[in-house]
Amino acid sequence: MRSHASNGFCAYLRRDLRLSHRRLGEAASPLIFFIMVSTLVPLGITPDPASLALVASGIIWVFALLATMLSANDLFTGDYQDGSLEQLLISPQVLVMPVLGKVTAHWLVTGLPLTIVSPLLGLMLSLPEAGYFPMMASLALGTACLSLLGAVGAALTVSLQKGGMLLALVVMPLYMPVIIFGGATVQYGIDGLAWTGPLAILGAMLAAAIALCPLAIAGVLRLTSIN
Amino acid sequence: MNWTWFYRLGSPLWFYQMTTRWLPWLSLLAFVLLTTGLVWGLGFAPQDAKQGNSFRIIYLHVPASFLALAGYFLMATAGAIGLIWKMKLSYMIMKSAAPIGAALTFLALFTGAVWGKPTWGSYWVWDARITSMLILLFLYFGVLALQYAFHNEESGNKASAVLALVGTVNIPIIYKSVDWWYTLHQPSTIKLTSAPSMHPDMFHPLLVMILGFYCFYVVALCLFTRVEILRRERKTAWVGELAARSSNAVEGAKQ
Repeated sequence: MRSHASNGFCAYLRRDLRLSHRRLGEAASPLIFFIMVSTLVPLGITPDPASLALVASGIIWVFALLATMLSANDLFTGDYQDGSLEQLLISPQVLVMPVLGKVTAHWLVTGLPLTIVSPLLGLMLSLPEAGYFPMMASLALGTACLSLLGAVGAALTVSLQKGGMLLALVVMPLYMPVIIFGGATVQYGIDGLAWTGPLAILGAMLAAAIALCPLAIAGVLRLTSIN
Repeated sequence: MNWTWFYRLGSPLWFYQMTTRWLPWLSLLAFVLLTTGLVWGLGFAPQDAKQGNSFRIIYLHVPASFLALAGYFLMATAGAIGLIWKMKLSYMIMKSAAPIGAALTFLALFTGAVWGKPTWGSYWVWDARITSMLILLFLYFGVLALQYAFHNEESGNKASAVLALVGTVNIPIIYKSVDWWYTLHQPSTIKLTSAPSMHPDMFHPLLVMILGFYCFYVVALCLFTRVEILRRERKTAWVGELAARSSNAVEGAKQ
């Protein structure tokens, strides 16, 4: 039984990674969005490095959140439209593992690249040096949380024609604790405090999200996607 | 154990009939409590030593905040009952609780802002508890938006019930946030487990106001739910009879 369940995870992880590999342009758009929107900050606020340094950590976190949220919208729509979601729902498999596989794939194509390019944005927004490592660590854990929570929202809105804006409304409040501790991690790092504290809370949130969100997603998909 | 009483609770007809009987009394009680509390609190309670008369907005602010939180909990519970026992009525209650709760949350934020100006010198402060209240308002908005986004009422019910349940994760955070990031907001003065740190002369009218707000909340919830029942059950025989009877009464009154 266990091997069965983990197979569902691996199969869906591989399938979704392959799908995004075939549509690289689409898969790269959250990342490009992340970089482009960060360019707006110096244009809109000030190019002064000292002022940018004050807000850089928060801005990078907010944009990472937005990029993850915008891409979460497509998590289940493709499968819903071509009917493979329905096939998954009526299959005898435990729904939780394939769902977790899909979300992991989503994180690998959005959260992980965001984490990897975030030092570049830190450089552009003159983030203080001490903030780089805490930022990457907090983004790695935090974006995984955001992917899981975003997937709950995506499951709730999957059967709607225009779910994008609604998804934002639904998941934004749930994202707030994540950004509080994500931002705090970077700020603690910059201030020379022990930043592993807020990072540990992010890790705890991620652990809870891994345990609970797939159950919620599976439940919601069963409830709302079959009309 | 006999469970028929439990299933009877789920009947919209039973709810409609019961509330028809009880609503006038409950409305009267709410009116009496709110009037007493307001007159007592605004007119007769002693002035605060530091804040003078401006503290009196507490008589609206605290009950509204109480009900904003309790209302979310009630909405989520109603949603859970709907998901588990598939009761039509509990979804209707859940749907009705959302706009009332959102309005009360807004009232709590608004009175807080009005209170904050003379006390802290600004309408808005990014304090932990205010922020959590704002997040609560957003949670209500999410549930409302999701409920109305579905053309299929059944899907809308289930989706917003799940969202309300997921959002309850936020409720403990709201309560804990006072301990987490204590900044400007004073720590909560009313505790159920220990004696209140407010003076009894100030506390008693507040207690009356809280009770009054609870009654008002129930009245508002019943009224909203009754409208929802009539709307959703419009094709049933009893609603048809009710409509026929009331239109006859109108006709009779005209003649």
